[in-house]
Parts: sequence; structure tokens; C-alpha cells
Amino acid sequence: MYRIVKKEVLGPAVVRMEIDAPLIAKKAEPGQFIILRVDSDGERIPLTIADYDRIRGTVTIIFQKVGATTDKLAELNEGDFLADFVGPLGRATETDDLKKVAVVGGGVGCAIAYPVAKKLHSLGCEVHSIIGFRNRDLVILEKEFAEVSNKLLKMSDDGSWGEKGLVTNALRQLIESGEVYDEVIAIGPLVMMKFVSALTKEFGIKTVVSMNPVMIDGTGMCGGCRLTVGGKTKFACVDGPEFDGHLVDFDEAMKRGAMYRDFERHAREENCNLLRAEVK
Amino acid sequence: MANMSKKKNEMPSQSPEIRRNNYDEVALGYTEEIAIDEATRCLNCVNMSCVSGCPVNIAIPHFIKKITENDFEGAYKIIADSSSLPAVCGRVCPQESQCEAKCVRGIKGDPVGIGRLERFVADRHNADIVEEIKQPVSNGHKVAVIGSGPSGLACAGDLAKMGYDVTVFEALHTAGGVLVYGIPEFRLPKSIVQKEIDNLKALGVKIETNMVIGKILSVDELFDDGFEAVFIGTGAGLPRFMGIPGENLCGVYSANEFLTRINLMKAYKDSSATPIMHAKNVAVVGGGNVAMDAARSALRLGAENVYIVYRRGESELPARAEEVEHAKEEGIIFRLLSNPVEILSDGNGNVSGIRCVKMGLGEPDESGRRKPVEIVGSEFNINVESVIMSIGTSPNPLIKSTTEGLDFSSRGGIITDENGLTSREGVFAGGDAVTGAATVILAMGAGKKAAAAIDKYIQSK
Repeated sequence: MYRIVKKEVLGPAVVRMEIDAPLIAKKAEPGQFIILRVDSDGERIPLTIADYDRIRGTVTIIFQKVGATTDKLAELNEGDFLADFVGPLGRATETDDLKKVAVVGGGVGCAIAYPVAKKLHSLGCEVHSIIGFRNRDLVILEKEFAEVSNKLLKMSDDGSWGEKGLVTNALRQLIESGEVYDEVIAIGPLVMMKFVSALTKEFGIKTVVSMNPVMIDGTGMCGGCRLTVGGKTKFACVDGPEFDGHLVDFDEAMKRGAMYRDFERHAREENCNLLRAEVK
Repeated sequence: MANMSKKKNEMPSQSPEIRRNNYDEVALGYTEEIAIDEATRCLNCVNMSCVSGCPVNIAIPHFIKKITENDFEGAYKIIADSSSLPAVCGRVCPQESQCEAKCVRGIKGDPVGIGRLERFVADRHNADIVEEIKQPVSNGHKVAVIGSGPSGLACAGDLAKMGYDVTVFEALHTAGGVLVYGIPEFRLPKSIVQKEIDNLKALGVKIETNMVIGKILSVDELFDDGFEAVFIGTGAGLPRFMGIPGENLCGVYSANEFLTRINLMKAYKDSSATPIMHAKNVAVVGGGNVAMDAARSALRLGAENVYIVYRRGESELPARAEEVEHAKEEGIIFRLLSNPVEILSDGNGNVSGIRCVKMGLGEPDESGRRKPVEIVGSEFNINVESVIMSIGTSPNPLIKSTTEGLDFSSRGGIITDENGLTSREGVFAGGDAVTGAATVILAMGAGKKAAAAIDKYIQSK
């Protein structure tokens, strides 16, 4: 059992939790993920590691309430326990030899982009962060990004926060203004990563994206997380989760990601009904 | 006087019409009466050829003799001398190609139902005997076992009985390995596996779940933590795909994923939080036990037409004869001598069918089986919404990529000597991680052998 040491509500549907998992904290690196089960009947869900504290022995996750399991997870409080917490899984972000990087985060993907920006910053790399949200209510980690970025561009779809527009607009501006990046790291919704990759391909800038497909074991056993990368099948859990954005077949990934949408919607409704019944 | 009936006693089973709608065990087991009758078919041959067919050399005629004497616990003790998992192996061993293949009674008629008798004895023991397991006196030596499948469980059990302080590290949240995530409830009830694990715990074995060795701890760190020897029993968990177009469409599963969702994650229960596709028409590619398990599981999820697509013929099917027979009785449709060339899309990212080509059989290949050869121009389609790839698995590369000094074969298996010792001092391995996908009993036997070798290694240090 894994204790929730700290819980913080970051926004209307976004929660940060610090989990007591000293062995994982000791090994975790940006880019890696964990798999958790809320309770002994729960499904296994992968979440990318948002932060870790090797001294306190904790691993931080940030998640959005998008379905039955994340709803249930968000109901838990400090001092409660998770049934299972496995990791650190996947490969760490490659940060060697990077001198200047644009980190692009979209929505809750910023939670995953942040530790990458933080590590790059600590290695002396020049970090330009572009973070985007649908509107101001959904903004997370603004202060944290500001602390680790040499430049921070803030975008919102409706203009209620930062500049109105998409992260790709901001990235294009930076590139066209003459900024030269060793690499662009884009983490967010699939459609955002798809368009960031299309943009950087135009300019020939190496781009890394973090994929978060459907997954069970996280050790290469099920193959549910497979993607087509450069015409070859890759398993996100062991070959990734980060891949060359110019090679990922995003359209296929989007279709695979929607495979259980009906089941998930139904499960979530049932879950809500149960919670409502309990409230009564 | 031996019972000279040419026929093996039938296994009482749930009828196909009923069992195809439930997940309860299909074979119900011999009654005492049937077991004794079957046991009397054994001629007690002096040269005991059946024993040479058993990968762990159980003294088969001796345990069968005990059954005829009504001494079922005596029979159990004989099996337990050589096997750690009798209730499991009695159910999942391919007896027809092992012990029963060597039975003299098989020359004219059916061989003695050795597997069924083993199962009877083990079940009888589990039902009748409340074992008082005493924790052996500790010898103060720590051993780590990676993986809690058949080889790991057997290795841990034998070491614990010798007094070792054993910790088993399991990557998933439940111990048991393939016995839990792979083999379905209707063929191997999970309560049987759980009992084996409870027995190990009673012996003092510690089981740590959620521990992906290679990630959270390396083999080197296990030694740093005071483990004097490490046994690697990480299995062959990496699913293979064919590399044909359409394999990443929605509705294509590896058998591992499909079965894990059903068995480990209980997706067959309405209450499960884990989703699974309930397709009306399903094609399972492959002809092994796992393919039969996947096909029969798909049927139980409500599929109307389930096809086994296999590139060789009936006699080359690698599955146990009983599984093939059960699958046929339940209405699984066999499309033999057929090989998929493409999985077809509905244009929207979902499976709409599978395109196959007919195969003929040519000369025997290196496996001794006749090599399937494509018949040009014989393509045909089967309309399905789901395809389950069950064409084998490879050893998991997690240990390989994180452990220095281990030698691996070209197929990814760990190279060991005949006692399970790897190229690295103090590191032993066994089961599918060494051999590639094989059987429960071979893995169990390898675990036992390695336990003996580990004991010898530590005692001689």
C-alpha cells in the first residue's frame, strides 16, 4: 500500500498528489511513468511522473479527472492509500548535450513537461517554455515553469490568460524570430503534438513527444500500447514513452486511444451514480 | 489383475452448451471410483517408460499403485517428491506428448490417464489434508527470486524448505505469473494457484508485488542488499506480432493483452473496471494452448463466431489434444492451413476482417513438422471485428538491458548450464526466460534444479 502524503487541487479537474514510494523516488527520472491501481478491483492506469523527491522518498503525480479511475483517485485524501504503485517505467528523457531547448506543454501535459524543463534547466540548458491551456481556470504550474525557464510564453485558446492562440503559433514566432533550438520537446494532447511535430518538421528541428496510450502492465507484456513509429511497431511502455515526433503515426494513435471511449463513458457515469447514491 | 479396458476413463466435464457461457472449470475431475478404476489400467511395468517421458521424472507407476490401494495421500507424497505444483500440472501438462506418450497401454488403445490421476490425487490432497506448514529453521542465507511464475514458485518453495530466507519479486500486482494472467479460470481455477502461493508464504517466503526488477532495483542492487544468489524466472512475456498490414487497428490484440484483461484484470466480470472488446466475430491466429485459451475466452465473452486461423494442419496443432477437443466441442471454427496476410480496416481504424492465404504442406522443417507453403492465388477473407495474435512470445528484455555480465542467446533467452547457472556468479535462471515459451512443468523443473544448485553454491562459499 502506498500512502498519499500530500494532495493539492490545482484546478477544477486537475489534482496533484505526492505518493510515498521511496524505492521509485530513488530511481525516477523525467520522462518515466508509473502505473497505479486505486483499489484492489481497480484498473491499472499509467501516469507520467510529474516530480520526485529522493530525500523525502516521494513521487508526484498530476492527473486530470477524465474517467472512472481518475475520478475515484481524486476522491482520496492525504493519509489514504493506493493499492498499487509500480515504477519507474519506460525510458527517461534524453537530456545529454542539449544546450537550447523549447519545451511545449499543453493542458495537463504541462505536468509531464515540467520535470523535463526543470532537469534541463538544472543542467544549464537554455529553456524556452511555451505552455497552453483552454482557458485561465485550467492553468497549472505557471510559477514552477517560470522558475526553470529562460523564456516563458503563455497561451490560451480563448485569450483569458496569456496570449490568445495555440502553442504552435508561439513556437512558430520564436523560430521565425531567429531562435535556434537543438530540440523541441512537446507534451500534451495528441493533436497538439501532431501539429507541433508538423511545424518543426518544416524547420528541420528534432522533436520529441511523450505518448500515453492505453496500457496494462507497462513492462512490454501486453503490447496494448503499441504505436507505429517510422513505419515500425513500437511499445510505448518499453521503447518510449518518448519518441521522435516526426516519425509517430498520430492519426493511428488517436484512433487507438479512443478504442474504449464508450466503455469509459459508461463506467464513469456508473461511478458518478454510485457516488451520488452514497451522498444521498 | 489389471483392468484391460482399451479406453481411458472419460473426464467428467461441464457440457459444451453450458460451459461456453460460463468461466467455471470445464473438466470436473475423476471421482474416487473412476480414479481407482483408471489406476488399475496401469500395468506397473518394470522399466517404467512413462517416467522417462515426464520432464521431472515423477515415479508415476508408484503413485498410481497407491491409488489402487486407496492410499491417496501416499500417492500425493510420491508426486510431491518430484513436483511442486501437482494440482496445476495435472491440469495443464501436455501429457499426451510426455508421460502418456510412453505408456505401454497406448500401443493398443488409450494410454493410462496419468494426468487425470495426478489431478485427482492433488485435488484430493487439497480437499482432505489441512497441512500444518512449519516454517523451517532459518539458515541465515538470503536468496532473491525474480518472477512468481511456475519456475520462481518452485525455486522459492524448495529453497524455503531448506531454510533459506527467500524473497520473490513480482512485477504485477498479483503473484502467479502466467498461471494468473495467462491461463483462464475455466482451465486452471485461480484458487488453486492462490493455494500454492499461500503455502509458500506459510513456509516463510516473502512475496513483493509491484517490483519490476531492472527498473526499481537492478540485479546488482539485489546483491548489494545482501542477497547471496539471484534466480531469474521472468518468463517469456513479450508478445510477437506477424508484421502484416493492419496489426495496429483497433480490435487487434496480442493474446497476452486479451487474456491479461480477462484473467488478471477480470474483464469477464461486469463489475470489472478494465474494458475489453466484446466482438461478435473473432479470429485467433495461432494453434497453441494460448490460442485455444483466447478463442474459448472470446466465446465466453459472447462472440458468435470464433475462428482459429493456423498455418499448418490439424496434426501439427501444438495445443494439448484435450484443449483442441474442448474448443471444437464448444463450437470454435478451425481454419487450418490458412495464414493471415493482412488485417482489413473498416476505413475508420477498426478491424473489419482478416485476409488469409491457403497453405499446403511441404517438406519437414527443422522442427520436424512439415513446412507450410503458400498456395498462390488462394486468398480469402473472413469477416471479423477482432483479431487476437497468438503466435508466441519472447523472453522479456528488461533484465537483459539492465544486467551486466549475463550471456543471452540470439533469441533473447538467458544462457545457463544444465543446473541453471548463468554466465554470472551467483545468478541462476530457469523457465521460459531461458528456453523461450515452453511448458509449466519444464519451468517448474528448472526452478527445482536451480534451487538445488543455489543451495550447493551458497553452502560451498
